[in-house]
Amino acid sequence: MPKITYGGQSFECGEHSVLDCLTAQGVSVPHSCRSGVCQTCMMQAVQGSVPREAQVGLKPTLVAQNHFLACVCHPQQDIEIALPKTAIARIEAKVSGIEYLNAEILGVRLKPAQPFSYRAGQFINFFKDETTSRCYSLASVPGLDDDLHLTVRKIPGGLVSGWISGQLKAGDTISISEATGDCFYVPGNPGQNLLLIGTGSGLAPLYGIIRDALKSGHTGRIRLYHGNYNAAGFYLVEELRRLELTYPNFTYVPCVSGEEARPGYAQGIVLDVALADNPSLTGWRVFLCGNPDMVKAAKREVFLSGASVNDIYADPF
Amino acid sequence: MSLYSDIGGEAAVNAAVDIFYRKVLKDDRIKHFFDGTDMAKQAAKQKAFLAMAFGGPSNYSGADMRKGHAHLVAKGLNDSHFDAVMENLGATLKELNVPANLIAQAAAIAESTRKDVLGK
Repeated sequence: MPKITYGGQSFECGEHSVLDCLTAQGVSVPHSCRSGVCQTCMMQAVQGSVPREAQVGLKPTLVAQNHFLACVCHPQQDIEIALPKTAIARIEAKVSGIEYLNAEILGVRLKPAQPFSYRAGQFINFFKDETTSRCYSLASVPGLDDDLHLTVRKIPGGLVSGWISGQLKAGDTISISEATGDCFYVPGNPGQNLLLIGTGSGLAPLYGIIRDALKSGHTGRIRLYHGNYNAAGFYLVEELRRLELTYPNFTYVPCVSGEEARPGYAQGIVLDVALADNPSLTGWRVFLCGNPDMVKAAKREVFLSGASVNDIYADPF
Repeated sequence: MSLYSDIGGEAAVNAAVDIFYRKVLKDDRIKHFFDGTDMAKQAAKQKAFLAMAFGGPSNYSGADMRKGHAHLVAKGLNDSHFDAVMENLGATLKELNVPANLIAQAAAIAESTRKDVLGK
């Protein structure tokens, strides 16, 4: 009889679903429809695997992280489970490099003290001290880059970004969290077209996602739109232009909204430019990162332009 | 055979949810009720609603429906908005070439929630 372990206790499910089993033991798990539809009772397997039926309808990035629906999960083997995004471990990392990518964006490279599993585009918590931390997205790609690459935007008066830009130096040891987030590339549909829209430092996760997709042999179109108020806000421009030359299916469109665009740059709000270039997004996979208002508006607009809800990945910050 | 299997089961729900939700968000009569909601969570709720209307798995009680919509009733949700949703549901199923008699059955199930949704 398979056992499930939750919060240090083990139970036997018998004929019951994981949800019924936990509820009967007095464990409170949020739930609603009890029929595998509403996704309220989503949990995560941290050890062992769950039957495929318990993952029907979940986004591929959630499936890749062993999320499942407790109400329709009848385990066939022993599993250890948790509510999503709890019990995130802290890890020590050494700063291996720190440099300005433009006037307000810093590139920080980190070497974790232990093996670090992540996907390009996920984010980590970066701790200044026990209680002060900020989330930063990962621009590096496992298998391509040795270190973790973060981009940190200097916020005026920012507690963590001010500390990183003012005091942190190569060789220092700091604490980070495990990588979390479900805005990343999942292989398996290499011909699907990808649209990526980002503002400011929202380029970081997108840069990781794009290189991850290209590394996986993605053959569909990959179109990146990066928006900034003025030309000074761009970074990684040469790297992206080089990728364009190497991969004919990749295009990079920097968009300037607050001043006249130079040659090679598009004029306008990044979301407007991207939607005008790509009016029909039926069948596309879309990644949206950066300014929360842009991300929110973009989610709706790309959905109304034909992208399926399960194909829209977003990371507002 | 049940309505749910006649209509195409879970595959039909999956095919219908994007079309239905897109219609709802484009509908000037009701789209403001969805301002500020998380799209992915909202889509999951739409799926649950469609599954129920298609005669499929559902454990929503009338009390759940009341509780779930009370904040919208406070914002003025009324019969005209419910009618708009019913219209979008019918148009969605038509677009998916569901036969008229099955559409009528699904509409009747959805209609049966009216009082609870509107808190009457």
